[in-house]
Amino acid sequence: MCLAIPGQVVEMHPDQPMLAKVDVAGVRRNVNIGLLENAAVAPGDWILIHVGFALSKIGEAEAHEQLRMLRAMGEDELAIEEVRGYSFADDRGGAP
Amino acid sequence: MKYVDEYRDPVLIENVAREIARTVKPARHYRIMEVCGGHTHSIYRHGLRDVLPENIELVHGPGCPVCVLPTGRVDDGLSIADGDDVILTCFGDMLRVPGTRGTALERKARGADIRMVYSPLDALKLAQTNPSKQVCFFAIGFETTAPSTALTILRARALGVENFSVFSNHVTIVPAMRAILDSPRMLLDGFVGPGHVATITGCRPYEFVARDYGKPVVVAGFEPLDILQAILMVVRQLNAGEARVENEYARFVPWNGNGAALAALETVFALRPVFEWRGLGFIPESAFEVRADFATWDAERRFAVPGVRVTDPSAAQCGEVLTGSLKPAQCRLFGTVCSPERPVGALMVSSEGACAAHYRYAQRAAETEPAGV
Amino acid sequence: MALAERPRRRVAFTDERIEMAHGAGGKASRRLVEGLIAPAFANPILDTLSDAAVFSLGGVRVATTADGYVVRPLRFPGGSIGELAINGTVNDLAVSGARARALMATFVLEAGIESEIVRAEVAAMAVAAERAGVAVVGGDTKVVEHGLCDGMYITTFGIGEIDPRFALDPGSVRSGDRVLLSGPIGSHGITILLARGELDLEADVRSDTRSIWPFVDALGDACGSGVRWMRDPTRGGVATALNELARDANVAIVLDESAVPLGTQVRGACELLGLDPLHIANEGQFLAVVAPERAAQALAALRAVAGGEAAADIGEVRAQPARTLLGETPYGGVRAIDMLVGDPLPRIC
Repeated sequence: MCLAIPGQVVEMHPDQPMLAKVDVAGVRRNVNIGLLENAAVAPGDWILIHVGFALSKIGEAEAHEQLRMLRAMGEDELAIEEVRGYSFADDRGGAP
Repeated sequence: MKYVDEYRDPVLIENVAREIARTVKPARHYRIMEVCGGHTHSIYRHGLRDVLPENIELVHGPGCPVCVLPTGRVDDGLSIADGDDVILTCFGDMLRVPGTRGTALERKARGADIRMVYSPLDALKLAQTNPSKQVCFFAIGFETTAPSTALTILRARALGVENFSVFSNHVTIVPAMRAILDSPRMLLDGFVGPGHVATITGCRPYEFVARDYGKPVVVAGFEPLDILQAILMVVRQLNAGEARVENEYARFVPWNGNGAALAALETVFALRPVFEWRGLGFIPESAFEVRADFATWDAERRFAVPGVRVTDPSAAQCGEVLTGSLKPAQCRLFGTVCSPERPVGALMVSSEGACAAHYRYAQRAAETEPAGV
Repeated sequence: MALAERPRRRVAFTDERIEMAHGAGGKASRRLVEGLIAPAFANPILDTLSDAAVFSLGGVRVATTADGYVVRPLRFPGGSIGELAINGTVNDLAVSGARARALMATFVLEAGIESEIVRAEVAAMAVAAERAGVAVVGGDTKVVEHGLCDGMYITTFGIGEIDPRFALDPGSVRSGDRVLLSGPIGSHGITILLARGELDLEADVRSDTRSIWPFVDALGDACGSGVRWMRDPTRGGVATALNELARDANVAIVLDESAVPLGTQVRGACELLGLDPLHIANEGQFLAVVAPERAAQALAALRAVAGGEAAADIGEVRAQPARTLLGETPYGGVRAIDMLVGDPLPRIC
């Protein structure tokens, strides 16, 4: 129930509209897209696949925002440490 | 691998781990349950417990559809394979689950035609290519998997394939969560919610946890970064005295769920009045059965299954482990009588079951091997 | 203490029937061998239960090995049953520190199999034998009724001379030793799984079947006396081979998981199916435990052999926790890597 993996649609089948060929790191499988709202899927789209079905399509904006925020988490900390470094130097009255 | 590797990035994981360490209140003990077996597996697989501060305790939840299947139901499903012209199909997860008369693999060794499939659609294809046989699909899984079974049944009907049927053991996660929240020994502070179930159900069904029990739920993905970030979000809510549902897995989980999938479920399945969960007892409206208008594809109508209830050996403490009141290693059978190779309870069979995950992945000091291993 | 002297724990085999798991190379296989088969023949050579039997014949130290090959389908991308038979036998001798000199092969053929298939297989074996520098000097053939043996089974017997450059002894494995791996894992097992066609997956994955003697040879030159132990991780994968070593040598082995070479598509297939690459069979790789001061040299030697470019130092031996194989994740976490129970099974949960 939990094992689902992101894959990229590489091919649609004109004679089988409910089927899309999906690529996961070079491994390919036909996947049924009947669970996707309006089955609106095109080559290039990233979808979440589970037991031969697509469950969801990637929300690119959400993915980017989350990663951006997580990267910033580390930078905020560096910024904080830098500030601490300056104040320490000020206390000593000299260069850090 | 895109949309996987980014969430396994050691730098980002370190960022979140550091933030968690900074955010936890030193004097406070946080008990967080990850509901889903897939989360349990990922936590162990990536060594995430070593990355968390000491005062966060992760409790393994009941979201393992193999683990909660009572032995009697396993027997029922396997008995279908006894028929001469039957091909029983199931996911790989089911092959080593012990029934009273052996596992699927053992029964296959004794002559039963039991085959593994990756998708219920493969089982349907088998039915099409074997018109003289009855092909039965032993269906398991929560709401993540049930819609796929539903679509397969709809497809069988559309194609007019009538030698295909489904033995449905699909269960729903909310009643299990409620059962845990209601249990007297429940000491949990918050939940890491089931990310793939939520791709179907959306996040709303978990609002009752916050509203009625005052506990935060953060719906989470399965990569290490997802799980850690979700834990951070739970900790922040707990520190602030808040309780609401949040969505960590927004890249794949729509807040309102998947309408098409929910509609397919509604069309094909009905909620059983009651269903027995191993370790949790009988829970009303917690499992799916095939609707009467799809009777042709309902294995329980087509085959006469024994329907005998089989209780666990009284020494096995699966139920207590499932509700989080016992740690796997605290079960009196853990590692001695009960091991992944000789499972007494299903928590030891499925690699995402709390006991198997702990046995396989947790660091064990030099220990004596059980006899016969 | 040399391995043969260490008292072996009595293992009980109580299964009523033989099941596929007993052939998968993991715990069940070990129980069958140690609990049912080996005790019947008990003798000092057998009791070491290594890949090859080593003994002296007229003053010459020889190694002998026997193997059975049952694979479905018979042909698959990168190889066939015949090639597995030749290479597998050569490799068993190689990891025992012996250069294979002669092989014998027994064919069990299913009545009804096309002669062309047998012809192709034998031709493939001849090519593999030539490449491996070994002669097939005899064998046997039997035919069984249709339906009884999946087309063809091959069993082999191989004999080689112990190479004086090596002094292999798992009992000499000690804390600080390094674990080397010859190349990317999982290719063979995934190829077979996909070739069976039941999973409907397409991938450009090929079996890695080959003779590993060139690597063993290079290792012999670079640091022969510094090699403690070698094994070809076939059924059960790297995890099973290293778990067995950890138990036999009473040590801990700790892998740096991000150092284990893994092909992109093998990785993709494993992620898709929920399989652990460390449990997947290989037919052209080997593991070597070497003294730490020789490890860099050894690795360079492996990488210099054609086909060894991806060889890697994947971990180390420690004293504790004894009899355990551990993996260090890229996040500073640790997990125990267990031995396979039966065949690796795809999962959906």
